[in-house]
Amino acid sequence: MSSLDVEEVIETIEMIRMRNLDVRAVTLGINLLDRAHPDPEELARDVREKIVEVAGDLVEVVEEVEDELGVPIVNKRIAVTPCSIVAASAVRKEGREAVLTLAEALDEAAEEVGVDYLGGYTALVYDGFTEADEAVLDTIPEAIEGTERLCASVVVADERYGINMDAVYRTAEAVKETAERTDGHGCARLVALTNAPENTPFMAGAFHGVGQPEACVNVGISGPGVVRAVVEELKDVDFRTLHDEIKRTAFKITRVGELVGRRVAERLGVEFGAVDLSLAPTPEEGDSVAEILEGIGLESCGCPGSTAALHLLMDAVKKGGAAATSRHGGYSEAFIPVSEDAGMARAAEEALTLEKLEAMTAVCSVGIDMVVVPGDTPVETIAGIIADEAAIGVVTGKPTAVRIIPAPGKEPGDEFEMGGLLGRAPVMDVSDYRPTMFRRDGRIPPKFPR
Amino acid sequence: MTRAVVTVIGADRPGIVAGISSVLAEHNANIEDISQTVLRDLFAMVMLVDLSEADVSVGKLREELQKAGEELGVDVIVQHEDVYRAMHRV
Repeated sequence: MSSLDVEEVIETIEMIRMRNLDVRAVTLGINLLDRAHPDPEELARDVREKIVEVAGDLVEVVEEVEDELGVPIVNKRIAVTPCSIVAASAVRKEGREAVLTLAEALDEAAEEVGVDYLGGYTALVYDGFTEADEAVLDTIPEAIEGTERLCASVVVADERYGINMDAVYRTAEAVKETAERTDGHGCARLVALTNAPENTPFMAGAFHGVGQPEACVNVGISGPGVVRAVVEELKDVDFRTLHDEIKRTAFKITRVGELVGRRVAERLGVEFGAVDLSLAPTPEEGDSVAEILEGIGLESCGCPGSTAALHLLMDAVKKGGAAATSRHGGYSEAFIPVSEDAGMARAAEEALTLEKLEAMTAVCSVGIDMVVVPGDTPVETIAGIIADEAAIGVVTGKPTAVRIIPAPGKEPGDEFEMGGLLGRAPVMDVSDYRPTMFRRDGRIPPKFPR
Repeated sequence: MTRAVVTVIGADRPGIVAGISSVLAEHNANIEDISQTVLRDLFAMVMLVDLSEADVSVGKLREELQKAGEELGVDVIVQHEDVYRAMHRV
């Protein structure tokens, strides 16, 4: 019918209605450097003003596009220039209070424009600390406790500079204190990053990099449910055929993201940045990356073969997705969070261990994500987990992250409820042996180039 | 040009085409093409509708068609044509 194929129409409807195809996140990046001011109160006021000015129509525009296209768009978010840069002169004048005032202002602005998260309470410390970085790092637990929407990130390592082990340890301390102050829940808004992409739409690690334009829209696609359905249908095909079919599906999913991103950016009058090709799971039935891997051929995600299955999935998603957008960005990998993926959470009671999860992140960015560990896990152990993930990132050149929740009072096997899209997960076992390396100071150097 | 794809899914019964197309006519939405098929155990009617002269947005039309669909006992899905073009055309 006028070049529209009925089968394609039905396939699209099936993807959206039955397989949870949606656009996961539309994130508006906003430059705040022009609002830097030594007086914390003035800084806070100017920043709030700018966010409301630039992002005031964001939610309305996204909802308009959602309505027009008939494709659900789940999250609307904002990413801003790292606070450690924006607040540098205010920190010089007022110390840590300056960044806490800014944190409050950002949270208020996020609430006013109606977004669910705002990212950018960020310290870029992979090669050392500035005074303002220290202020941000030291105040993360307090800032998260005092806000509802603010996301914090610490860039602890970079393939070009190595791993700042002091930053790793201090981030682990922040994780621990955040957990204690917020009964674990605040840790969903705190992430340690390596090779941080400056244009990711996904939280908690989104911030607006200094090389980015004044404002831009980045889009995160979704679609584990759609890929899972494809894999389920192709039980008996060879690997190459399976790879090809996943690739085709990734292409279609990404095209939807590209369409939405272009339209939202155009209506907001800002640049369209990148499409993050990541497959982002949800706790919804069937919308699971773990179940895709199991569909490729695992008894339970985390058993031997899981890393190979994940590699096949990622390669196909990236090759298909890259053809569908002229600019991919962010992580562009499968997210393998434990609590946000019901299949992963189930696997954590079966084959999946923390160590296997880490091994899987060697072929897939994003890293140890939304993992719940016992509340009494020592800071050194959390730091060790962050450092290991940073080492994988430094060596592979991929962005990797650690978002870990030491749930107070919880022990291995207990259930921990994060709530909503954050899901629930069993508390995973961690090694009883702890690293003693953090007695040392300084940095682990970068990898020697091949 | 704004074109929407209207898909009607459900058990066959008299009056479905009339019920849906009368809503479209009310809003001056022109049916350019129509196709019916039984696919994956579903009876499906797919219409390509031109909205350039229509007095409603895609969203509003969806709302009204879904209401009409409820009365007819069928499921109505309305999406912008661009979604299909983006996904299935290189």
